[in-house]
Amino acid sequence: MELSLNVNNEEWALDVAPADVLLDVLRERVGTKSPKIGCERGDCGSCTILIDGRSVRSCLVLAVEAEGHEITTVEGIGADHLSELQNLFISNNSFQCGFCAPGIVLSATELLARNPSPSRHDVQEALSGNLCRCTGYEPIIEAVLAAGERNEEVSA
Amino acid sequence: MTTTYPFEADSVDDALTAVGTPAVRIDGLDKISGAAQFVDDLDFGPDLLHGAVVESPHAYARIVSIDTSAAEAAPGVVKVITGEDFPYNFGMYMEDRYIFAQHHVRFVGEQVAGVIARTHRQAVRAAKLVEVEYEVLEPLLDPKEAVAEDAPLIHPNLGDYAHVPWFFPKADTNIAHWRKIRKGDTEKAFAEADYVLEDTYRVPRYAHCAIEPHVTVGKLDHAGRLTVWTASQSPHTQRHLFAEALAPLGFAHKDVRVITPYVGGGFGGKAGVSMEIIGAAMATAVKGHPVKLRFTREQEFYNTYQRQGVVAELKVGVMNNGTITAVEHKLYWDAGAYVEYGANVVNAAGLSATGPYRVPNISNDSLCVYTNLPPGGPYRGFGYSEFHFGLESHMDRIAEAIGMDPVDFRRKNAIVEGDELSYGGHMNPSGMIEAIDKTAAAIEWGVDEESKNPNTIMGKGVALFWKAPAMPPNASSASFLKFNEDGSVNVSVSGMELGQGYLTVMAQIAAEILGLPVEMVRVETPDTDRNPYEWQTVASHVTWSSGLAVEKAAIEARAKIFEVIHEVYGFEDETLYLEDQKVKCTTDPEFAKPLREFVIDGIQTDDGTWRGGPIIASGKFMPEFTNANSDPETGQGGHPNVHYTVGACGVLIEIDKETGRIWVRKAALAVDAGKAINPDLVKGQITGGLVQGLATVLYEDMRFDDDGRLMNPNFTDYKIPTSFDIPDEMIPIIVEVPQPDGPFGARGVGEHTMIAAAPVIANAVYNALGVRIKSMPITQEKIALAVTDRHHN
Repeated sequence: MELSLNVNNEEWALDVAPADVLLDVLRERVGTKSPKIGCERGDCGSCTILIDGRSVRSCLVLAVEAEGHEITTVEGIGADHLSELQNLFISNNSFQCGFCAPGIVLSATELLARNPSPSRHDVQEALSGNLCRCTGYEPIIEAVLAAGERNEEVSA
Repeated sequence: MTTTYPFEADSVDDALTAVGTPAVRIDGLDKISGAAQFVDDLDFGPDLLHGAVVESPHAYARIVSIDTSAAEAAPGVVKVITGEDFPYNFGMYMEDRYIFAQHHVRFVGEQVAGVIARTHRQAVRAAKLVEVEYEVLEPLLDPKEAVAEDAPLIHPNLGDYAHVPWFFPKADTNIAHWRKIRKGDTEKAFAEADYVLEDTYRVPRYAHCAIEPHVTVGKLDHAGRLTVWTASQSPHTQRHLFAEALAPLGFAHKDVRVITPYVGGGFGGKAGVSMEIIGAAMATAVKGHPVKLRFTREQEFYNTYQRQGVVAELKVGVMNNGTITAVEHKLYWDAGAYVEYGANVVNAAGLSATGPYRVPNISNDSLCVYTNLPPGGPYRGFGYSEFHFGLESHMDRIAEAIGMDPVDFRRKNAIVEGDELSYGGHMNPSGMIEAIDKTAAAIEWGVDEESKNPNTIMGKGVALFWKAPAMPPNASSASFLKFNEDGSVNVSVSGMELGQGYLTVMAQIAAEILGLPVEMVRVETPDTDRNPYEWQTVASHVTWSSGLAVEKAAIEARAKIFEVIHEVYGFEDETLYLEDQKVKCTTDPEFAKPLREFVIDGIQTDDGTWRGGPIIASGKFMPEFTNANSDPETGQGGHPNVHYTVGACGVLIEIDKETGRIWVRKAALAVDAGKAINPDLVKGQITGGLVQGLATVLYEDMRFDDDGRLMNPNFTDYKIPTSFDIPDEMIPIIVEVPQPDGPFGARGVGEHTMIAAAPVIANAVYNALGVRIKSMPITQEKIALAVTDRHHN
């Protein structure tokens, strides 16, 4: 069936099967490889994308369900220039293997859009669906909190 | 008495500009922008085929027949292969593993056949159509049962398997290797000891749970060259094992190529060769086509490697003054169906099972026992995480029994430089005492904490750790280095960036010696055709070993730079130095020759001719002071370990007295890095390793049913830590007592940070509640039951 997808502000006209999963369509048909395949059952969060600004596990969504919505991946977040959050993740050496990083960037981006100066608990809650086996989360949480503090400084 | 080192690296210099700084990771931008490519992200074009594996539903069975006809006729299927097509065995340290099952299956999930089809879905569907008839046999699931005299044999042909010379398999038993250490006279020491404590500790199996599953893409092109893209810690070792295992098909090493991009976490699970051999074999069956085999999360759990379970029988004797006089440690390892890698975990543990203590009388037996569970193998900690649980629990119990403070007891007995090791060598320089003191201070050891909540109680615990890299005695590393026109540098190595920051650390070492900013050095993931040899990225050895290879290449490059400057300008080498991307001279402050002016094009002389040319260099390192020649009955005589890294861990926990729920309020971990090339990355290893280790003691646990089937092969039922499941506060402490032969004094720390996590919780639980849990994990249920039992007794 024909499907029109908006991925990172680009329109894609695709021919897909009704049962095709959005994660597979993004990776294999659109060529957007930052959402990763980690568990294919919604446990790990490495396939996280934003749909209309809300974080979603793309392994649990059919491609046809995404029609008419704006899909954002980490390639879209940093396309022109990296976000403040991304820069903080880099300068804080927040990630190790980086496999979970695209998903975590998106979950944290959603959090900061909703709640510009989150508490530590808010950050932990927002990231609790994104598994990271390397870091012990601490350097990731610190960077998101630092981004929140900068937001506070800007708004103050 | 101190050990002398045949090779001493550059002495540690206070005026370091790159080494010792918290440099920003050179792969940070790749990973945060979505640019980083993992194997599954590579494109292979429209002729890419997909593989699926037909798996054994039985833990032990004889294969009566395999009928592939229905699968072959299924839509999209290109080829179906079985063990008959690949009747070869292979293995890292012992060749007991098969590409596809031969006659028998020995664990649930073992690969029996492979299906290659146009799409992934077609391959998976067709795999279900392969009909295999089995004669089911009684499985052996417990290592103590498997060592019984009348136990059936899991590998009747054990005696025929090729293996490394430091393994001692017992033919006609299920014991694939038996590492013995005999030192002093334990019998006499126990008889003379003031106090002897004997008990048994049990540790189950654990899963690595790297978030990236194993993926392999293989392609045999029409010219006969085999290229394999893998998510691997061991590209050169994989190439070697592919070439060896598939040698009957006519492969030379030069015709086999392994390309390994970024790896999404390893923790030992992507070391050696596991599922990759299936992908490589599939590629040889469909010449011209690339074939992708990507394991599902379930397969990831049951058919890669698992951390081995162990039953540890421990006996320790002490004098009333707190001196440890004897240790007897019997470790029965549940090594699984194939032990080609796991047997070396057993070996490493056996060599070091006294823990980081000075012990004059030792009797260690570390037995690698075949069972009908999935293959055991390397996992962060490599046997040490496992035996430290019992050992460090035991040390607390002994201290209490003789009325000593557990920290004082450890301080008194901690192994220090020059002390004799269990196999007869001597301990390297170590900051253990400093690590103990700083850890104790960080958790305010000795200060009782009162909970503000009447339903909870606080507890503190400490535990020490040590670990040596477990490697063949001649495991080596190599590097190439070349300058570019602008004075930037490319360093080629074959260690793997698993997340630990290896590429950044190599860049820092090269930058330091060449007077460059770290950003001017590019280090990338390897291709075995182009990058020089590296044994594997395991054993926490690459900062040390590959770091030395990079250091040597940089020193060679620097010498070549000075040579051309000397030739053209006449300055003596010893007056020259590199700083700010320039060559400078101590005798001529005006002289400052930018590297970019000559490292490719050379320098023009007065007569118009040129000197120099592209600056290229290489370096290699092999530990030439180790050997694995020890007496099989005593373990004495060899020098199997290059050095030990040591440290200490302390926690403050809060426990709900009724439910047994544990919150880790504070966790401090001190590790002696020798020299932290990048302190930020060492801290990353500490927080990451601590959380991974705490999960093994608090809730992770592989559960098998009575038929040997793993019951929780997914993240819903095998829970790993989320962002909520971390200590409220983590205190990373870096100790730096230089390793004499390390690059800038560095030694590895990656695995060590999870080793003490299990016993430190066991000790804190005892401190809080007075109950001693002797099996992992220490679940709420076990605590609640132990508390109830105590109340009833």
